[in-house]
Amino acid sequence: MGEHNRLTEGLRAYRLIAGMWIRSAMTYRVSFGVTVFGNLLVTGLDFVAILLMFSQVDSLGGWTLPEVTFLYGLSVTAFGITDLVFGSMDVLGARMRDGSFDTLLVRPAPVLAQVGADHFALRRLGRITQGALVLGWALVSVDVVWTPAKVLLVPVMLVSGAAIFGAVFVAGAAFQFLAQDAAEVQSAFTYGGTTLLQYPPTVFGKDLVRGVTFMLPLAFVNWVPGTYVLGRPYPLGLPQWAAFTPPLVAVACCALAGLAWRAGLRSYRSTGS
Amino acid sequence: MGSARLYAAVAAGGFRRYATYRVATAAGVFTNTVFGLILVYTYLALWDERPHLGGYDQTQAVTYVWLGQCLYATLAIQGGGVEKDLMARIRTGEIAIDLYRPADLQLWWLASDLGRALFQTLGRGVIPFAFGALFFPMALPADVSTWVAFLVALLLAMVVSFGIRYLAALSMFWLMDGTGVNQALMVLGVFCSGMTLPLNAFPGALGDVVRVLPWAAQLQMPADVLMGETAPLGAYAFQAVWAVVLLWAGRLLQSAATRRVVVQGG
Repeated sequence: MGEHNRLTEGLRAYRLIAGMWIRSAMTYRVSFGVTVFGNLLVTGLDFVAILLMFSQVDSLGGWTLPEVTFLYGLSVTAFGITDLVFGSMDVLGARMRDGSFDTLLVRPAPVLAQVGADHFALRRLGRITQGALVLGWALVSVDVVWTPAKVLLVPVMLVSGAAIFGAVFVAGAAFQFLAQDAAEVQSAFTYGGTTLLQYPPTVFGKDLVRGVTFMLPLAFVNWVPGTYVLGRPYPLGLPQWAAFTPPLVAVACCALAGLAWRAGLRSYRSTGS
Repeated sequence: MGSARLYAAVAAGGFRRYATYRVATAAGVFTNTVFGLILVYTYLALWDERPHLGGYDQTQAVTYVWLGQCLYATLAIQGGGVEKDLMARIRTGEIAIDLYRPADLQLWWLASDLGRALFQTLGRGVIPFAFGALFFPMALPADVSTWVAFLVALLLAMVVSFGIRYLAALSMFWLMDGTGVNQALMVLGVFCSGMTLPLNAFPGALGDVVRVLPWAAQLQMPADVLMGETAPLGAYAFQAVWAVVLLWAGRLLQSAATRRVVVQGG
């Protein structure tokens, strides 16, 4: 019962803080519209890079443009959802350095919810929009015989993918308790992770694919379930049922990230400033 | 001679300021190495399909990737150099203090940015580049003169990069909010500098356009000089023309902007 209360309390705090930031952004509506559009452009750059590459070749690592687009759309949309919810986690280090993190600790609301909603930026809808548009195009242009299992797997992938990325964000935030000035390490795993997943697994070295399958299981965001949908050989010769494990992987990742966050929070020592 | 000492001191200040953040620098090194790894594999796959794309072989494409990661922070390709400070000073009005200093505003900020760029090259660029050279076959020159020629091209690239960002920062005198300008800097910088794909691999007319824009002076020119793909003198001429045009435009805009400054009393 206690856990349940903390969760509802956390969601409520999150909603209130996020609402405050949305209201402040909405004060200048035109500016908000422009930043959403700008966000769409900025996040679309990596897709332009893929289009540029395919203007020169017909396949990359043996994958066609619609197939790569499918991976891209899944990775970016899932990441976009996480980025909307937890995207401001990287200001945590700055808050610890300037001492304003201490004020979050004394407020009667779960710290993780406060940190997640800190500087909540609705403009990040730009990335989700861009990812969803690309995914939509991919879904109609890939050469796939759609079965009910495949159709159902797509939303499952998005939700579990967002949860896996969420775990990476929270674990990265927990790491900031150790290294207060190292927000960029977090970007290497979050932004780096989503960039990696935009390309087919066949492009990368075996060891790198092993690493992001068994150590940091990003491969379950789109590579593993995606190969099932596209009817491609599995990376690392995984069994076919592995395509349906992303929800389990997501739950395990979130549990581990939650533990890391608690350990990090317990080890926090104020700078005193 | 006194003023040369002054600007050297300003540059040293810029260097030291960024050197203070050691953990952040180490984190940046790690991030650039990770992104370099991802890009290298995609480039290798691309050059596997299309050998000699853009006139590069695979080792040259790999070299280009790691040079990009090395110069990413140096040239503030996404923005994030001294123009951030300058924008903040314009917004808050602290720029008025800079204006009555007995020093040239543009040279002051250029010196500071060169100091920053030098630190970013040494602190943040060298290690990812060395990592790349250690684990991937790269097309590096064996003779010292090519490396010297590359360093000259790099210095000119730093000046061109500053020229672009200085113009962007001065726009704050009219706009008062840098969000849009910063986003434009980011999009143009990443795309037109060739961070996504070498500019000589861009297709058709698009390629012709991006290769004459000032951003081509930043990563493409130093890379081509390093790998012996272009004659240094031609590259220098291209970079120098853009440097002069941008700095001159900066001067014009600066004098127009400073006429607008109203110092509030109180």
